[in-house]
Amino acid sequence: MASKAVTALAGLLASREDKILAAWLSTLAGATADGRISRTEIETQARDFLRALRESMSGGDTSSTGSARLRDMLSSISRSRALLGFSPSETATFVFSLKLPLFEEIRAAHGSDGEALARDTWTLTELLDQLGLHTIEVFQKSREEIIQRQQDEISELSTPVVKLWNGILALPLIGTLDSARTQVVMENLLQSIVDNGAEIAIIDITGVPTVDTLVAQHLLKTVAAARLMGADCIVSGIRPQIAQTMVHLGVELNVVSKASLADAFALALTRIGRTVVPIRSGGSGQPRSTGAYPGALT
Amino acid sequence: MDRIPILKLGHSLLVTIQVDMHDRLAMALEEDLTQKIVSSGAKGVLIDISALEIVDSFIGRTLANIAGVSRMLDADTVVVGMRPAVAITLVELGLSLPGVRTALNAERGMALISRRVAEADRDGAADAPDVHGDE
Repeated sequence: MASKAVTALAGLLASREDKILAAWLSTLAGATADGRISRTEIETQARDFLRALRESMSGGDTSSTGSARLRDMLSSISRSRALLGFSPSETATFVFSLKLPLFEEIRAAHGSDGEALARDTWTLTELLDQLGLHTIEVFQKSREEIIQRQQDEISELSTPVVKLWNGILALPLIGTLDSARTQVVMENLLQSIVDNGAEIAIIDITGVPTVDTLVAQHLLKTVAAARLMGADCIVSGIRPQIAQTMVHLGVELNVVSKASLADAFALALTRIGRTVVPIRSGGSGQPRSTGAYPGALT
Repeated sequence: MDRIPILKLGHSLLVTIQVDMHDRLAMALEEDLTQKIVSSGAKGVLIDISALEIVDSFIGRTLANIAGVSRMLDADTVVVGMRPAVAITLVELGLSLPGVRTALNAERGMALISRRVAEADRDGAADAPDVHGDE
């Protein structure tokens, strides 16, 4: 396409900018209906976009993708829409809805000159389509960034190591165990073992929805690493269905496992030579377990 | 060639690895330790690797070998002070050192060995009263 034609088209746009903007805004009115974006904001965006589009074309930019400034501006619009929770098609409609008012103005300007009309329509269609695709691409990228950030946050949040007693740590696992998470879990657990001088770590998998061979392997790795550090592991919270599935799959966890975290904690206390006994009523009763006394848990 | 010193401490041998292990050093340690267990009649071997930042598959295997040899010579091996990163690496390499006992630090490792020696003494006394009868 000749750059002269594009410049002429830009001149046409400049002379009728207000009219085009008004028509465009009326088609965009639907987007503000649910209050996610204010009318003034959309007006500002539309006006700036139209100006940037005109400048890009009057600059004699004959590429079909528009100037860098135009694309940057569209990127920021698209990114803000993604954050506001707009769907991809709603976001792209912002650009595509400009076609109708533009084409009407071109038709009015060219009158019966069919060839010029077809040429300009094609030029604008190509440009706007590219810009629309660019919008979608940025939108997609922004969504992916959001998802990635949330994923990082979840993996940080869901791997706390809790100190239950001197020398006893608990690791309540929530969510599916994949390789990346296992790595984080393992690092957290091992560092906590060093920091607390722990002898026993209880891995509670009540919050793990499924245990397949891969998850079991990850669990065993964690157990093996803790053992190398000199800490024993107890696995607790294997739900009945999961236990059945594991047996059917032939998955074997060759570690001490207990049904509930409470059982595991009791075993851990026994291992470090502690026990839980009821407080003596009236000071006359004897402790239930031999060798233990109420002060045993100090 | 450099050698890693082996200290005798009561019933046990104490090895503290303070330098980066290379393969020949590891092999030398295995050999020295075997000799020393026999000559001293040690019941336990404590290997402190808290200063080791890198443990490759060869060193890992050497540790497993030392444990195997010392078990054959009636001594328990306890590896103490392994760093988290080293533990993760060994597990990823598939070396979980099944025959090796571990403890968090040298103190606990020593406690482990003393307990084991005490148990062995008691069992020995119970099983064979005639031998120790005069003591």
